Amino acid sequence: MKKVFGKPESLKDAIFHYCAGCGHSITHRLIAEVIDEMGIRDIAIGIPPAGCAVLAYNYFDIDMLEAPHGRGCAVATGMKRTLPDKLIFSYQGDGDLAAIGTAETFHAANRGENITVIFINNAVYGMTGGQMAPTTLLGQASTTSPPGRNAILDGYPVRMSEILALLEGTKYIERCAVNTPANIIRTRRAIKKAFQYQMDDVGFTMVEVLSQCPTNWKMTPIDACKWIDEVMALSFPPGVIKDIKGKG
Amino acid sequence: MNKILIQGNHVIGEAAIRAGCRFYAGYPITPQNELTEYMAENIRKVEGGTFIQAESEIAAINMILGASAAGARAMTSSSSPGISLKQEGISSMAADELPGVIVNIMRGGPGLGNILPSQGDYYQATRGGGHGDYRTIVLAPDSVQELADLTMDAFDLADKYRNPVLILADGMIGQMMEPVVFGEPRPRKYDESYVLKGAGKGRSRFIRGLILDALKMEEHNWKLHRKYQAIEQREKRCEISRTEDADLLIIAYGTAARIAKGAIKRSREAGMKVGLIRPITLWPFPDHVIREFSDKVENFLVFEMNTGQMLDDVKLALNGRGHVHFYGRPGGVVPTPVELAKVIAHHYNNNRSLDED
Ligand SMILES: Cc1ncc(C[n+]2csc(CCOP(=O)(O)OP(=O)(O)O)c2C)c(N)n1
Repeated sequence: MKKVFGKPESLKDAIFHYCAGCGHSITHRLIAEVIDEMGIRDIAIGIPPAGCAVLAYNYFDIDMLEAPHGRGCAVATGMKRTLPDKLIFSYQGDGDLAAIGTAETFHAANRGENITVIFINNAVYGMTGGQMAPTTLLGQASTTSPPGRNAILDGYPVRMSEILALLEGTKYIERCAVNTPANIIRTRRAIKKAFQYQMDDVGFTMVEVLSQCPTNWKMTPIDACKWIDEVMALSFPPGVIKDIKGKG
Repeated sequence: MNKILIQGNHVIGEAAIRAGCRFYAGYPITPQNELTEYMAENIRKVEGGTFIQAESEIAAINMILGASAAGARAMTSSSSPGISLKQEGISSMAADELPGVIVNIMRGGPGLGNILPSQGDYYQATRGGGHGDYRTIVLAPDSVQELADLTMDAFDLADKYRNPVLILADGMIGQMMEPVVFGEPRPRKYDESYVLKGAGKGRSRFIRGLILDALKMEEHNWKLHRKYQAIEQREKRCEISRTEDADLLIIAYGTAARIAKGAIKRSREAGMKVGLIRPITLWPFPDHVIREFSDKVENFLVFEMNTGQMLDDVKLALNGRGHVHFYGRPGGVVPTPVELAKVIAHHYNNNRSLDED
């Protein structure tokens, strides 16, 4: 019999602790599959954040170095400059990347660090229990924006991919999602491209992943997947935002 | 060996590069800019040398964390407010058991304070500085030559104990010029197995500070504690001078110790038997030396450029024995030897009455 589905080698034999329907585990798997496919498990180093993915090293069977909350891009900078031949990626939530770590992200991008950022946008702070994130949509309720995010009091959702795309140091940025099989395949392709660019010394790459959080959105997993297409994608339109090598 | 006239801040950079430092990240702040500029100019000239002007002190320390995990000898430097910003990163490096050298060229505080020489960061430096139960080794040079020597030692100590090491000085030592001879750096001893460089053909590894299980976290805390105990047993350093016949001992470090040396000279000329204990490691604190002197000496004068911080450690060392006096000036005021000599004379002449307190 031909084996058509199996666990990627770059994942350990561990059961994800993520909530039912969470997008983190799908994205973990995609990264691991791409690492396997590219044959770079031996040189890959991941930098997990403070956030729901803080325990990523329990799942990935690659070298990993935990970063303090928000500092993934600074830690990745230190690693990559020391080990330029390794594949270095940070894995960061929206609070991590777009609030506390905005400066580190922005400046690593602006320096054109040859690293890859996997940016999980779930429109909330997952790990700490569903507080408002910089990416929380207008009107979206969270534990710290109980009546819904109010632009006048809470500001607007931040589109980091578009902002970073303006910097000359960034070479490839794509926004994807992991809510449907087709989107999952697109995300996998984007991660592979980003890693390939890094291997080719092209420069800073980022894949933003719209990622369902049924627990904190207080939805069923199916509704959460639908909400990404029907609501979240309106504020965060998926697609290639920047690719210096041209589209596709 | 060549003796060269060179500025303190430059010496740190030169000694670091000679010691094999290949990664430096820093953010401008006076009075240590000459060090950042020296690294910008020189570290990229050596193979594999990286200089990054970071966007903040927070970014700089986290770059050091990454570079250190990747196996580089790494250093960052700043002055007081910037060192406050680095504390989460220093705590993380201590938790992760990553080596690294952090230079604090102190200035007057709190807050933005000023850019003048001060010793206000003693507590922060010697008590870990950031959150959690940890320590950093703290080296306090009192001359440009010692700055050179201790910078090299700092890298060795950081590797040996896999722990951040702080060099604590101030703008006075950072900016003065003195003749220096650079020592021969020792070959690096650091087990490759600690370095994250991709799993290769072997098993993957990870470095992390998060330990959710209380008992496991406790175990890690005790493990670190045992390491700190070993450091306390082995690494205490201090200079003692003119103590043989002393009736009064000054305890001072760094710039304050230099001032104290001048004051002691004057006091001796005036017939007062005064000596100096100069802690070189502020943590671990050379308390054993101070304690030993308490058998012979009754009066101790702690002299700091702050309102009295090391004073606590001296009192702990003496544990109620002898009389502990204090003289200090915070805020960037640099007391003169003449001024301190007057304080010495006051205590010296009051010895008898004080003994009867
Ligand atoms: C300095 C600091 N501040 C706050 C926290 C608490 N904290 C941990 S994760 C997190 C936010 C996580 O949200 P996000 O980055 O969006 O990732 P998610 O958990 O949603 O994947 C916060 C605030 C921390 N660990 N460190």
